[in-house]
Amino acid sequence: MTRLVVVGHGPTAHRLVETLTDRGFGGRITILGEEPRPAYDRVALTSYLAGKSAEDLTYPVPDGVVLRLGAAVTAIDRDGRTVTTADGHAEPYDVLVLATGSSPFVPPVPGRDLDGCFVYRTIDDLDAIREASAGATAGVVIGGGLLGLEAADALRGLGLSTHVVEMGGWLMPRQVDEGGGAVLRGHIESLGLAVHTGAGVKEIAADDAGRVAGLVTPGGETIEAQVVVFSAGVRPRDELARTSGLAVGERGGIAVDDGMRTSDPAIYAIGECALHQGMVYGLVGPCFTMAEVAADRILGGAAAFTPADMSTKLKLLGVEVAQFGAMDGALDVTFMDPVTGVYQKLFVSDDARTLLGGICVGDATPYNTLKPFVGRELPGSPSELLFTGGPANMELPAEAVVCSCNNVTHGQICSAIADKGLTDVAGIKDCTRAGTTCGSCIPMLKQILVKSGVEVSKALCEHFTHSRAELFDIVRVRGITTFSQLIAEHGTGRGCDICKPVVASILASLGNGHILDGEQAALQDTNDRYLANIQRNGTYSVVPRIPGGEITPDKLIVIGEVARDFGLYTKITGGQRIDLFGARVEQLPLIWKRLVDAGFESGHAYGKSLRTVKSCVGSTWCRYGVQDSVGLAIALELRYRGLRSPHKLKSAVSGCARECAEARGKDFGIIATEQGWNLYVGGNGGFTPRHADLFASDLSTDGLIRVIDRFLMFYIRTADRLQRTSVWLENQGLDYVKEVVLEDSLGICAELDAQMERHVAGYADEWRAVLEDPERMRRFVSFVNAPGTPDPSIAFAPERDQVKPVLIPLEAVRS
Amino acid sequence: MTILRENPAAAPETAAPETAGWTAVCAYTDLLPEQGACVLVDGRQIAVFRTFDGELYATGNLDPFSGACVLSRGIVGTRGAEPTVASPMHKQVFSLVTGRCLDDPATAVPTYPVRLSGGAVEVRVP
Ligand SMILES: Cc1cc2nc3c(=O)[nH]c(=O)nc-3n(C[C@H](O)[C@H](O)[C@H](O)COP(=O)(O)OP(=O)(O)OC[C@H]3O[C@@H](n4cnc5c(N)ncnc54)[C@H](O)[C@@H]3O)c2cc1C
Ligand code: SF4
Repeated sequence: MTRLVVVGHGPTAHRLVETLTDRGFGGRITILGEEPRPAYDRVALTSYLAGKSAEDLTYPVPDGVVLRLGAAVTAIDRDGRTVTTADGHAEPYDVLVLATGSSPFVPPVPGRDLDGCFVYRTIDDLDAIREASAGATAGVVIGGGLLGLEAADALRGLGLSTHVVEMGGWLMPRQVDEGGGAVLRGHIESLGLAVHTGAGVKEIAADDAGRVAGLVTPGGETIEAQVVVFSAGVRPRDELARTSGLAVGERGGIAVDDGMRTSDPAIYAIGECALHQGMVYGLVGPCFTMAEVAADRILGGAAAFTPADMSTKLKLLGVEVAQFGAMDGALDVTFMDPVTGVYQKLFVSDDARTLLGGICVGDATPYNTLKPFVGRELPGSPSELLFTGGPANMELPAEAVVCSCNNVTHGQICSAIADKGLTDVAGIKDCTRAGTTCGSCIPMLKQILVKSGVEVSKALCEHFTHSRAELFDIVRVRGITTFSQLIAEHGTGRGCDICKPVVASILASLGNGHILDGEQAALQDTNDRYLANIQRNGTYSVVPRIPGGEITPDKLIVIGEVARDFGLYTKITGGQRIDLFGARVEQLPLIWKRLVDAGFESGHAYGKSLRTVKSCVGSTWCRYGVQDSVGLAIALELRYRGLRSPHKLKSAVSGCARECAEARGKDFGIIATEQGWNLYVGGNGGFTPRHADLFASDLSTDGLIRVIDRFLMFYIRTADRLQRTSVWLENQGLDYVKEVVLEDSLGICAELDAQMERHVAGYADEWRAVLEDPERMRRFVSFVNAPGTPDPSIAFAPERDQVKPVLIPLEAVRS
Repeated sequence: MTILRENPAAAPETAAPETAGWTAVCAYTDLLPEQGACVLVDGRQIAVFRTFDGELYATGNLDPFSGACVLSRGIVGTRGAEPTVASPMHKQVFSLVTGRCLDDPATAVPTYPVRLSGGAVEVRVP
C-alpha cells in the first residue's frame, strides 16, 4: 500500500487529501502539520476576530487520514525516504507532498522582535494580537497591500487607532495603479485610518519595559503605537527543500514541473511554497488547482498545471477592490467618479476589441461581468461597457473561468445546471464548488442561472405561474385581501395544498386579521386551522408559549395540572418549552381556556412562523454573562410571535461569547458583547446544518431590533416557499442582504419598518380569539352531527408512566 | 354573530326527497366553502366536503396512508378540473369524485352519495 506523507496542513494540503479520498485513493495518508490545529480557511482568517470560532473555520478531516498536529518536519532523508519531526518522530514515505505554504516576511529593522510586534498569518497570531490590543490605543501595519489592509481593518475592529505604512507610492500596488490607489486611499482615510505612502521604517521604538512604543520613519518622525503588525509580503517556506537538496528558485520557492513534481520524482510540492515556471502563487485559487493536479498525478493521471489567473476581488473595509488579467495594455479606458469614489479601468488591445485586463476600486461590477472576457473580443465598446455595465444578455464563452478560486468554467456550471436540474445558487455550490471560497462570483452565478437555457420554472404549482416572492408583491402592491380574488385575477382553478397555505401566509404577513377569518380558514394547513400540531394518530399537541424559556413555578404547576387533567403526554422540547401531546380536536379549546385563564397563550410549534427565542441565563445570574440575554429573548419573542413567513423561524440569545444558547444554529441568533449585541443570521440545524453568519456587530438593543425587523421582512418578501433563511441567504449573497438591510441600497427600509410595525401592533392572541367567538368554536368538534362524541378511532396505551398512541395497523387500513 | 357566507337560497337545490337509505348528517350551513367536516353514521366516519361552487362530496375519513381519521381536515382544491382533498398528514391528494389517490392510483378511499334535501345534507351508506 502506498504510504503518502503530506508536510503542512493548510488549505492546499486539505484540498489534496480531500480530492484523493473523494477519488478513492487506496493508500495510507499521513499529514504532519506544524500548527496546533487542523487546516482551516486562511482566506477567512479575519472573520475570526469578528466572531467566528476556530471550529467554524476548520475544514473537516476526511475519514481514515492520520493527522499529527504540532508536528513540524525538520528533515527529509531522500535516500531513506523518511521525514523526521522536531520531536524526533520518523515517518517513512513512498510519496511525499510538501504543502508548507509561506511565512510572512519581516524586514530586518531594529526592534522587530520587541514585545508587541506581530505577523498576520495564523489563528495563534490573531489570538496574540487580540490580547495585546486589549491594553493598547494605537496600532501600525507595515505594508499597504491586500493583507496589510486586511490586518489594518482587524486592528480598527479591535478598537485601535490605526496607521498603515506603505513603502510604495500608493496602496495595493500589486492590484491597482496609481489612480486607483489614490481613490482607494480616499475611502480608507474616510474610515479614520491614517495612510502613509512612500514611507519606510527606520526602527521600532521601545518603551522602558522593552515593549513597542512606536514606529520611527527614516525622516525621524515617530508614529506612536503599542501594536505593530508586519505585512510586508510573504516568502515561500522552502527550507526543507533547500536542506534536502531539491531544486529551488533563485528568489525562493520549490521548483516543480507541470505535474507538481519537484526535482525528486517521489516528492511533490503544491500551494504557496511551490514555484512553477518562475511564479509563486499567493492566492488560494491556483493553490487548489495545484492540489488537484498533484492528486491526479498520484492517482496515475496526467493533469497539468497551467499558469493561473491571478485575478482578485475583495471587499476591504467596505470598499470593493478588484483586478483581473493584465495590468497594462496598448490602450486603456478609465471611468472615474470622485463623488462616489469609483475608479474603473480596462486595458484593451490596440484595436480596442480584445480585453486584456482591468482594475476596479469602489465598485467591482466590471470584474463580475467582464472578467470572463479576458483575452477575448469584448461584447461592446470599452467605454460603453464601463458606463452601462454592458448589455444584459452578454454571451459568455464556455471556457471562461467564472469561479477562479476553484477554477470552475462557465461551461461546467451550465452543464451542472442542465444535468442535475439545478435551480439555485446553493445547488451550483454543492455540485461544482463554484462560489464556495471567496464568494465574489455569486452575482455571476445568479446571472448564469437566469440565462441558462433550462427554463427554471418558478411556478408555485399548477394554479399559479408565479413564484412566492412575485405573489407577495402582487398581493402587497395591488392590496389584494382574499385568495379568491388573487386566483381569479392571477391564477387558474381553485388552488391546492401548496398554493393555499402560501397565500394564507402572505395574507397573514401583510396583516389581514385572524388566520381563520373568512375564506382564510379554508387556506390553512390543518395545524394552522386547528392552531395546534397534528400528530400521527390525528390528535394534536399544544405548546404553551414560554417566552425566552422563562417560567414561574406557579405557571409550571398549571401546565402540569392541565397535562394531568387531560391525560396528555408531556415532553420538554429543544426550544425551551413543554409540549403536551394527544389532545383531540374538541379538547383544544378547553385546554387553551385553562391556559389563558392562568395567563398563558398557546404557542406556535407549527406553521411557518416564529417558533421560540431560546436564551441562556445571561448576566443576571451567570458569572460570565455581559448582557441580559433572557430579557432580550423575551422581548424578541413577544415582538415577532405570530409573524407568518416562508418557513419556520427560530432564534436564540446568548449572554456572552460562550454561546450556551446555540444562537448560531438559528435563523437569527444574538450573542452579547461588552458593547451590545452581535447579530448572526442564516443559521440552521436540521437536515443541512449551517452556522449563522455575522451580520452586524456591537448593536444597541434598539439598533438590533431595527436590523432584525428589516432582515425578517426582506426575507418574508423575497424568499421562495419553504426556503429557510440559510438557503435564501446563500442565494441572495450575504453582502447583498447587508447592503439592503444595513445601507438601504434598495430604498425600501422605511417600508419594511412600517410593515413590521403593523405586525407588532396588530398581533392578537390567536387562541383566545377562538375562545371568544362561538362560530369559530363550533369548528372544534370531531363530528358535526355528534359534537359531544370523541373520535372512537383514537386510543392510547401506557408507556413509561405516560400515554402513547395506539395506531391502526396500516395493513388493516389498506385492505 | 353568524358566518353564513353565502345565501343558502343560492345553494344547489335537489329534487324531492325519497328517504330510504339516506341519513341527514348536518345543515348545509354547517359546512364552510372549500372545507370538510366529519360526520358519524352507524359508527362509520365520513368526510363531507363543500366545494367553492357549492357542490357536495362525501368520502371515508380514514387516510389510507397514515391510518389516522383525518381526511375531513385536509385542504380542498382542484387538480385540473377534478375537485380534490389533500391529506393533512402527508399531503397525498384524493379525487373527491372517485376517491382515487391521484398521487398513487393503486390506493383509494370510499366515496358515498351525498345530496341536499331542503337545508339538510344527507349521505347514503350501504
Ligand atoms: C489574512 C489573509 C487573508 C487572505 N486572503 C486571501 C484572499 O482573499 N484570497 C486568496 O486567494 N488568498 C488569500 N490569502 C492567501 C491564502 O490564505 C493562501 O493562498 C493559502 O492559505 C495557501 O495555502 P497553503 O496550504 O499553500 O499554505 P498555508 O496556508 O501557509 O499552509 C501551510 C501550512 O504548513 C505548515 N508548515 C509549514 N512548514 C511546515 C513543516 N516543516 N512541517 C509541518 N508543517 C509545516 C504551516 O504551519 C501551515 O499551517 C490570505 C491569506 C491571509 C493570511
Ligand atoms: S452564554 Fe455566557 S452568559 Fe450565557 S450562560 Fe453561557 S456563559 Fe453564561
